[in-house]
Order: sequence, then structure tokens, then C-alpha cells
Amino acid sequence: MTLEQPRIMDGLDQLEAQSIFILREAYRKLKPMALLWSLGKDSNVMVWLARKAFMGHIPFPVMHVDTEKKFPEMYAFRDEYVRKWNLDLLLGYCPPVEEMDPSLPPAARSAARKTAGLAALIEREKLRGVVAGIRRDEQATRAKERVFSPRGAGHRWDVRNQPPEFWDQYATPHEEGMHVRVHPLLSWREIDIWRYIERENIPLVDLYFAKNGKRYRSLGDQDITNPIESNASTVAEVIAELENSRTSERAGRAMDHESEDAFERLRVAGYL
Amino acid sequence: MTETSFKESRESVPTHAVSTPIVIVGHVDHGKSTLIGRLLYDTDSLPDGRLAQIVEGSRKRGLSVEWSFLLDSLQIERDQGVTVDSTRIPFHVGDRDYVIVDAPGHRQFLRNMITGAADAEAAVLVVDAVEGVREQTRRHAMLLRLIGIRHVIVLINKADMLDFAQDKLERTEADVRNLLGLLEINVSEVIPASARDGDNIATRSERAEWYKGPTLLEALANIPAPPSRANLAFRMPVQDVYRFEGIRYVAGRIERGTVREGDRLEIGGQGQEATVAEICRWHAEHRGVAGPGESIALRLEPDLVPDRGDLLFPAQDKALAPIRSARVKTRLFWLRGEALHVGESFRLRLATAEYDVTVVSIDAVVDLDDLSMSPGDEVPPDGFAEVTLAASRMILFDPFIPGMPDGRGVLVDRFQNIVGGAPLLEAAEVPSGEHAIHPTISRVSGNSRAALHGHESAVFWMTGLPGSGKSTIARGVEERLIADGYAVTVLDGDTLRSGLCQDLGFSPEDRRENIRRAAHVAKILSESGQIVLVALVSPLREDRKLARHIIGAGWREVFVDTALSTCEARDPKGLYAKAREGKIPDFTGVSAPYEAPERADVVLPAEGNETSCIEQLTGAILTAVKRPS
Repeated sequence: MTLEQPRIMDGLDQLEAQSIFILREAYRKLKPMALLWSLGKDSNVMVWLARKAFMGHIPFPVMHVDTEKKFPEMYAFRDEYVRKWNLDLLLGYCPPVEEMDPSLPPAARSAARKTAGLAALIEREKLRGVVAGIRRDEQATRAKERVFSPRGAGHRWDVRNQPPEFWDQYATPHEEGMHVRVHPLLSWREIDIWRYIERENIPLVDLYFAKNGKRYRSLGDQDITNPIESNASTVAEVIAELENSRTSERAGRAMDHESEDAFERLRVAGYL
Repeated sequence: MTETSFKESRESVPTHAVSTPIVIVGHVDHGKSTLIGRLLYDTDSLPDGRLAQIVEGSRKRGLSVEWSFLLDSLQIERDQGVTVDSTRIPFHVGDRDYVIVDAPGHRQFLRNMITGAADAEAAVLVVDAVEGVREQTRRHAMLLRLIGIRHVIVLINKADMLDFAQDKLERTEADVRNLLGLLEINVSEVIPASARDGDNIATRSERAEWYKGPTLLEALANIPAPPSRANLAFRMPVQDVYRFEGIRYVAGRIERGTVREGDRLEIGGQGQEATVAEICRWHAEHRGVAGPGESIALRLEPDLVPDRGDLLFPAQDKALAPIRSARVKTRLFWLRGEALHVGESFRLRLATAEYDVTVVSIDAVVDLDDLSMSPGDEVPPDGFAEVTLAASRMILFDPFIPGMPDGRGVLVDRFQNIVGGAPLLEAAEVPSGEHAIHPTISRVSGNSRAALHGHESAVFWMTGLPGSGKSTIARGVEERLIADGYAVTVLDGDTLRSGLCQDLGFSPEDRRENIRRAAHVAKILSESGQIVLVALVSPLREDRKLARHIIGAGWREVFVDTALSTCEARDPKGLYAKAREGKIPDFTGVSAPYEAPERADVVLPAEGNETSCIEQLTGAILTAVKRPS
């Protein structure tokens, strides 16, 4: 009798296993913790991975920091899957744009609302761990991130003084006023996300699929997100399109492009 | 879409190759960032927007196209002209995917390099053809060895500066090979190149016809896949234990080996055993087998509750069991800003396990100028050394092997900061004549104790001639401080000698031992948060230095500066009289020397009365232990 052999893991298997490991580490080390659910494709994959990590039962809340300017389809999606996935949803709200740093360019100033809303939610829930679905390949500043990214007083990201992180050992500082951002998708690429969505059949907001020659590649607030030219109306077609694409994913996000350092300033202040 | 219709078979979905992580290291300005920019350009891996950004960024600064701007994407980096952190960039050649890990060359950013390099499958060591091997070349090569990179490609960059002259380039090559040979690193290729001009990166250089080896891209394509870990003895460190809907799941990631339902496993070091009842995965087809790298959950029979950190391994076969030892030799790379000394305590993290450990010996320190090893008292910041750790319980481990998850020890301080990597090499013998001592460290911080008491702790070491008034003053201060709510203990010579030190006489050796014991007791008391007053003649500077060394920070010297004539006139115990009669040999001040402190923290004046001395010392103590509000 020959014994059954373990399957050779492909790239998606390895990414999945690593993300599950990260989510389990975070849940063990950082309590209380919550997962940021922006309703976009990446955070849907992240919720899915959390269900994988905890055998279908996510043992911490998911948070939606609502700018109240999302697409109506996104709110409908949220309400449907909170129910279907049995999620413990925490809602946070964002202060009006007039209260944001007036020296930021307009779209970045609008995006800064989310930072403020998130900060308020973290304080309210006294969170030590905040799981966020950012990826290194999205944006050069995010490429500098750690998997466990400690945030000091005022939630600031000290990019020049990040802890060493190697051999799957993560910094878990426990000091008053600090929290840790956890990034289980850091090593995933946009195409990996889509291939995983295809493999696992993960539901998405319809806005990602083309209607009348346009679709959204990345979803933010209605006023600062633009659709791209595309005829990709299924997951498979989106993957085919990405395999031939040469533009960056966040090209449709206005605040990334206003000035050379606008996005970095947002991130240092606590933006995702 | 519905979520329940997951695909039973993955046949219809193409499988995707794992991407190969490559780290690029080398001395500052030897051309790492330029190389990466060039690689991305040559492999057509740049998104359209990025190339435009580089051109625009270069134009704004009045420069020709700078490949390195691609990586130096943070404003602060560009302003300094130095890459501050590691970053990862995917690219592909043919059908193989790679991730470039960029590691900075700037010395104080070592930890960023390690962060980037630790997961790499292969390294490209960039060496400037003209400058040759430099300090960071040696340092980075050393780290490649310690973090376990097995495949190293050397790129002799800026070869155009030497007109690709074979003899000159081969001299640089010989130096690099010599260095890597000393470190027992196998060099797969040494490639003469110009990253800026693209020679021998993607395309063969026309300026170095003598070179017959591969281009960098060809060398990268030849990196062998990592060997399978499926056939090694099974290891899964328990990450956590969950209970959902009445079912207990033992969660973890398999480090190596294979597990099947029905396998008998040992759990941790306590000899407990269980059988794997089920291998659980959510939303995946059921398979009764799992291999290396998989994050799974096990149901055990009997339904035991292991702890996080317990290692699961095959039961009842000693050949398949890990090493157990409470003393371990490690090859340390030290990342803290201050030196490491023997006696310091840390937590050793090994996969998900944590052990309290103390550095019991620094066996060899690496000299980075010539890579020689010699015994030392300390490991300097960013230094390398072989160090022996003693743990408070048995460590279960497999020795470190490059490219494997085995023995990847990491030291963290009590704030959970990672302060060093400590690959575990082997069990260490306890030197003969020494008992195995494995101190545990407190997880209560000095700050918490200070908060409890409402003040800091300190040791005030009072020295002075017999009869100078040390004990009287100490008791007076004790009374005052206790009345004000401070935690204080007095250790005076006679009290110690009537108990703890009653086996000791007054020979120089016994006096020294008396002081050593008093210092250790004072240290324990001060670590418990107390203010300690030690009243001991302690006549010799050398002996007081010993006490100061034992107690460390928080030591303060108080000199009770009473003249010999006054002491002798007082002679409360009649000792001077006896000494003068020759009835007490080696009496300090009469027949044995007293060495006054040269720079005491507090000097209580010679002829001051006791009340004013108590007043003065109380004031000095209150200033020292006041908590910053």
C-alpha cells in the first residue's frame, strides 16, 4: 500500500497558508483585535482567509469605517454578507472634510477623513490589533510595510524606525496608546487576489465587472475613484485583462497622484 | 456567486508557480538600486506609470535617468539619497516569477536588510569593481550565512570603470571568493557587469568577450528549487487551540515532514501522546494528509489541550525526536544599539515557543575586519558571536540548517522588541565543576514596581571607618523614610555577620566575600522595588567596585567622613581600644588600611552631628528616588 502524499503547494496555496498563519498569530498576540472590511476585493479575500484560519468562525469583529460616500452597491453588499457570513460588524463614521488638514490636496484631504474615522474607532474599541488588507504591490509606500506594523501615539507610522521582522517572528509591543496594524495580504499581488477569488469563488461587488465598457479596478469613495476602460465582465476576463495590463492598480485613485508625497503623508498619519 | 459551490477539483484553474525571492545586498553605493531598476526595465516589468515617474523625477532634479529613483519612492529617501528600508518588487523572466528584496547598504539600517533577506531563496551580492570588498560587503556576506541563504550570485558591478579588463576584474573576483570561502558560502556565479549600461544583466556584454559565464538573468533562472521537506521527520509547533461548536482544533503550520490521520504524535516535552483523529481545513476538499508549509488544524484523540509552543512530533521513535537541552549554543547576530554582556536575560522565541534564557557565556566574537573569531566580554552593537544560552526549562529544537525552518531562534527583550537572531547550533555541555543554573527572569518591569511603591528603588552604599556612625545614620534615615511611606531596608555589617555571613572572618578574602553577599542581597531587595541602605566598613576601593558591579545602575556611594580620632574617641563597641592592645588583628584604621572614596555621591561631613547627617542623606535619597510625574 502506498501512502497518500501531501499535495505540492502552488503559489496561491503558499500565500493562503502564510496569511492564515499571520491571522492566527495576530489573534493570539493582539487582543482586542478587529479586521478592517472596506468591502473591496482585497478585504473580501481577507475575510475569507480569516474564515479559513478559524474554521469558518471569525472570533473577532470586522469594522467598516464608513465615509458615507461609498457606492450604493457597496452598502447592499455589506448588509448581505454580514448576514451570510455571520460577521460581527462594527461601524465607524468619519468627521466632515472641513475638519481635515487644509494643506493636503483636495482628494487626499477627503481621504484623510477615513484616517480620522479609523482613529476614533480604534480609540473607542481600545484595539491592540487592526487587520488591514494592504499589499506591497499597490503603492510604493506600502511596499515598505511590515506584516506587523506597530503604531505609536497618535497612530503614527514611524517608517524610519520599523522593527526587524524575520523568520515569522513579529513585533508585538504592548504599551499604552499603541496598536499594531496587521497586514496578512502584504505579499499578495493584484493578480494573486483575482486568481484566489476565482479559485475560491469569493463574492464581489458588481462594480468590479464591466458595464458599458467601464469597470472599477479599485474601489474607494465615489468622488475620488474613477473607473477604467474595460470589457472584462467576469473574474476570468479580469484575470486575462490583468495579465496583459501595464498600468498600476491605483491609477484611478486621485489622492495617490496629486503630489509626489501626498500619499506618504497620509500613510504616516495612519492612513492604510 | 455563492460561496458554497467551491470547486472539488482544481484542474480547471491553472496552478501558479511560486515566486522566488531574491535579496540584493552589498556596500552602500556599489549599485544595488541601479541594478534593480535596470532588471525591471530589461525584463519589461515596469508598470507604465512607474517609468514616467522615474523620468519625471530625474528631470525635476536635473539628472539623467536614475534607475534607483524607482525604488527610492519615499520622499525622505530621495531627500537623503539613501534607500531606508527593504522593499519587494515582483518581476518575471519567461514563466518564472521572482520577488526582488531590496536591502539598504546604510549601516544603521541593518535590521531592515535582515527583514528583507531572511526569506530569500538566493542573494545577489553587488561589489563595486573598483572599490572591491568593503566593510558592508563583509557584514552582509556574514548575514547571508547566518540567516541561511544558500545560493549566492556575485555581481562585480561598474566593470565599465575598469574597461572590463580581465586581469583587474579577476583580482576583485579573487578577493570576493576568498571572503565567501571563509564564510563557507558557496558562490554559484561571479558576473562582471555594468548595471547602469546593462552589460551582462539581461544581455551579454560585448565589452567582456573573455567572460563565458551566464548573464545575471541566466544565473537567476538557474536557481534550483528548494529541496522538499516532506520526507523529513514531522514537526508542527502549536500556534493556538480553538474550540468552535464543541470541537477542539489544534492549529499550526507544518514546518517539515508529513502528517496523516491515524499518526501517533508526541506533544511538547512532557511525554504526552495523542493520535491524529482528523486533519481539518475550512472550505477545502478533505484530505487525510498534510505536508510542509500547510496551515492546518488537527483534532486529537484523546482530546488533549496542548499549549501554544508545544512541538508536535512523531511519538515513540527517538531517531525522529528533536534535541532536548536546557543549554544551547547559538550563532548570534546582535541587533540592539548597545553591547550584549554575559548575564543578560531575554526571551528566546523559537517558532511559536518561548523560553526564558540567560546568556551564560560569550564563546567567540567575530572581528569583521578579518572575520577571525576570538573570545570576548561583550558582543558589540550589530556584532556577530557564538553565545551559549541557558533556559529555565528544556528547549526542544532541531539544529539550524540554512534554508530550513529549524532552529530559527530569535531573542526578544521584555518589551517584546526583537534584539537579535540566534540560530540554535547544538546542545551545550555544562562545564565540569559548574552546576546547571537556569535563572528565570521576571516579567514584571521596574516601572510596575515603582508604580506599586510610588518611588524608584536605589542602593545607597555607606562606607566609613568603624565607629564613624554608618549604622546609626542608616537607622535614623530608615525611620524617617518609613514614616513618610517609603519602602526601605537597612543591611548593616553586624546584622549580616550574625546570620548570613556568620561563617566569615576578617581576612581580606572573607571581607570581600562579605561584601559580595551584601551586594547580592542589596540587588535583590532593590529589584523588589525597595530603597536599600548598606552600612559596611568596606574599606577597599576594589571591593566596593565589586559591589558596584554586582548592583549596577541604581548604586550610589555614601562616604561617612568621620575622622579617625573622632571614631576612636567614640569607640562605642570598645574595638579601637582592643585593637590598640593588639587583641584584634587587621583592624581597619589601626592595623588595616581604609581607602576613602575618591568621588562619593554623598559625603556626610567629618564632624557633622548625626541628626544633620540623617537630614542630609534623607534629602539625597528623596531626590534620587522621586518618580518623574
